Amino acid sequence: MTGVDALLLGLGAVAVGAALLVVTTRQVVRAGLWLVVTLGAVAGLYLVLAAELLAWVQVLLYVGAVVVLLLFAVMLTRAPIGVSRDLDRPGWPALLVGAGSGFGLAALLADVYRWSTVDFAPAGNAERVGADIFRTWVLPFEVLSVLLLAALVGAIVVSRPEIGGRR
Amino acid sequence: MHPTIPFVTAALLFGIGVYGVLRRRNAILVLMAVELMLNAVNLLLVAAGGLTGQVFALFVIVIAAAEVGVGLAIVLQLYRLRDTISVDTVPLSDPAPDPVVPVEAEALR
Amino acid sequence: MISVDVLGPLLPAVPFACALVGLLLPLRARRPAAVLAVGGAAVALLIGIALALRFRQPFGTSVELVDFGGLPVTFGVRVDWAAVYVALAVGVVALAVQAYSVSYLADDDRYVPYAAQVSLFTAAMLLVVVSGDLIVLLVGWEVMGICSYLLIGHDRTLPEAPGAAVKAFLVTRVGDVGFLLGIALLGIEAGSFRIADVLGAIATGDLSGVVVTTAGLLLLAGVAGKSAQFPLHTWLPDAMAGPTPISALIHAATMVAAGIYVVTRLMPVFAGTPLTVLGVMAAITMLLGALAATAQDDIKRVLAWSTVSQLAYMAGALAVGAVAPALFHLLTHAAFKALLFLGAGSVIHAVGSNLMSRMGGLRRGMPVTFWSMTIGLGALMGLPPLAGFWSKDAILASTEGHLLYASGLATVVVTAWYATRLWLRTFFGAPRSDAAAHPHEAPPLMSVPVALLAVPSALLGFAAFLSGFGDRLVMPLPAEWVGEYSGTAAGGPAVVREAVELVHVGPALAWPLLCLAAGSLGAWLVWRRDRAADPARVLGPVRPVFANAFYLDAVQDALVIRPALGFARAVRRADESIVDGAVEGTGRGTLSLGGVLAAAHRSGLPRAATAVLAGALLIGLAAAALGGLA
Repeated sequence: MTGVDALLLGLGAVAVGAALLVVTTRQVVRAGLWLVVTLGAVAGLYLVLAAELLAWVQVLLYVGAVVVLLLFAVMLTRAPIGVSRDLDRPGWPALLVGAGSGFGLAALLADVYRWSTVDFAPAGNAERVGADIFRTWVLPFEVLSVLLLAALVGAIVVSRPEIGGRR
Repeated sequence: MHPTIPFVTAALLFGIGVYGVLRRRNAILVLMAVELMLNAVNLLLVAAGGLTGQVFALFVIVIAAAEVGVGLAIVLQLYRLRDTISVDTVPLSDPAPDPVVPVEAEALR
Repeated sequence: MISVDVLGPLLPAVPFACALVGLLLPLRARRPAAVLAVGGAAVALLIGIALALRFRQPFGTSVELVDFGGLPVTFGVRVDWAAVYVALAVGVVALAVQAYSVSYLADDDRYVPYAAQVSLFTAAMLLVVVSGDLIVLLVGWEVMGICSYLLIGHDRTLPEAPGAAVKAFLVTRVGDVGFLLGIALLGIEAGSFRIADVLGAIATGDLSGVVVTTAGLLLLAGVAGKSAQFPLHTWLPDAMAGPTPISALIHAATMVAAGIYVVTRLMPVFAGTPLTVLGVMAAITMLLGALAATAQDDIKRVLAWSTVSQLAYMAGALAVGAVAPALFHLLTHAAFKALLFLGAGSVIHAVGSNLMSRMGGLRRGMPVTFWSMTIGLGALMGLPPLAGFWSKDAILASTEGHLLYASGLATVVVTAWYATRLWLRTFFGAPRSDAAAHPHEAPPLMSVPVALLAVPSALLGFAAFLSGFGDRLVMPLPAEWVGEYSGTAAGGPAVVREAVELVHVGPALAWPLLCLAAGSLGAWLVWRRDRAADPARVLGPVRPVFANAFYLDAVQDALVIRPALGFARAVRRADESIVDGAVEGTGRGTLSLGGVLAAAHRSGLPRAATAVLAGALLIGLAAAALGGLA
């Protein structure tokens, strides 16, 4: 067991544990905060896996923007602060499908890879990732910018107050 | 490194995300669970994909951000309309028409 | 001059044509219908007389109608002297009944179809008499059954008429099933339905004994049904719900005699076990009918049970192989029973009721009817020198030494008893109702046929003294036939047969006469003690048993009708719940399945999400399992 493995295991455990808390906690705000922990652990995993740009982008966008957005929405929809009781639907289909997919995938992957070893990919620093994007993947990159524009416009359109008045 | 570890982590994260989508009643919590699923996929891409995998993971993050923006706009609009954001109250089709009232009942009234 | 070859088929054809035309006439065309009906019967009788005059030798004709894959059905006649005599009897009775009906049904507005149906019946009976093919005989047999049903139920205002018609039809139908099976068996085994071919096949041994006996027993079922022998006799008394002329024609003189007639035509088929069975049935029926007649109040029912008993006499004679006495009695019975029924009709017409308890002292107001019915009842009892005496004596003589002789003698006593009772209760004593106090003789169209029928009732017996008469009643040997049925080449050796003696004058004659005197005197003595009361009162506690014919109707109801109805109900329930249920259930099942799917489509967001993700999981598992872990 090398140090890399230990780090991977530890961060993975943190991510999984925090994710469990996200989906089981009875307080909406705490779910958001546990989500921060999960996303942070995943960012840490990215660092260990030599994807540095991605790790910081993860922190910036996910933890910084997405979670903030989610917490804003929690506040705007007057989510109850504190324990709320009727947060969950019946559990058995969720448990079935969730456990099935999670453990199924895990079993599949573990069965394929066992305890094999691979070498690390070259470190994904900004220079390399940027070169790859703007050479090989420039078209999807441009399309993504259009997508962001569309999402921006769409968000504004959807949240116009007149829609509520028009019946 | 042993890739099994991030793979298994990703798989478990995905399963937990599915559990959360199907279990939670609050729409925002559902979106949080969706984020978990997306992160699991990202992790898998990064662990298995090399440089290309990282590029793809980057793209996924961007799309996720856009999706959360639009999704939350919808949730807020739903809150304005219904004063609740419980996913149980979202019908997928038009409600069934009222049953025909018999003529005699009309006359009795 | 028309040859006998044409006269034979013409015999049933003329009344049939009259019937067809008659059925098309509108209800108000009474006069044309009456002319057609009486005319048709008269022409049929004339044809019969012409046939009798021109008859030289037994002959047959046949024309092929249809071929059922190797089994031809022919239309043809098979005429010997017995057929001629029976045809003459049918013609006479039919003519009398048609003339009588014109007056009897003067105030019935459905006379027109009635007359046509009687013509149709006459045609069917004549078809049975002259038919040379078993299938054509069956056609005539069944048409008679239909006409009987239609005519019993003629008066739609009578509540018991429809039930009686259905009962008659169903009980005879039970027998007719056996009849049909017997004919089918004979036809298939012999390769042809012609009577001559079947009898020839039996004679040469082509048909095995088992086949012949089975066919005989099956045919016996039909005979028992049509000729009202135990246990299929229950329909005849109830059939009296029909108009009285019908009772005279169908249920006394002709249709019920058809069974006896068919046995004589197909005697070789019935040899052995069938005849034994017939004998047992006859012995039982003889006494059953006579005893039941002693306790009836309805005059027509007395005569109906009397018919059952007399038919049993004929059946008994057949059972011991005495064909000539049986046919002789058939002819005399046709005459005197038709006479008795028509006379009873006149009495009923005068008194307005069927019941003897409302009659009495009618002889002064209705002399013609009185004297005719006296002759008729005398013939029924077997009083010498009337016709019934000679024919009954011939039967008794032929059954000497058998069980049938004892039951025959016992029946003579009872017959004399009930005949005398009927005579005394109806025509003597004080009138027991207003209508009986002021009787009027029946109109001439009714009284003349009755009087005319008294002639053969009195004199037909003397035909037994004519030489060759008895021989003529027995079926000719194959060698004697000409035409299609000639058995040997012309000029073959003449076959000599033992002459048939119908008259037996000797000491044995004393027994029937003694029984007759005992029965008659007994009834008269009882009546004399109290002229207003019913002599049947001496029966005491047994009277209701006799009146209900030993409750055989109730037995039939319990053994046959109730199980059949229960079975029908069960079948109907099964049809509704299983067959209909399967069809409707398929529809309902499809609708509910559609409803389930529609509800699934209407489910909310979370359920849809569950479905999507569960589906994805299943597909993934399937891919992993089927595609291996490549």
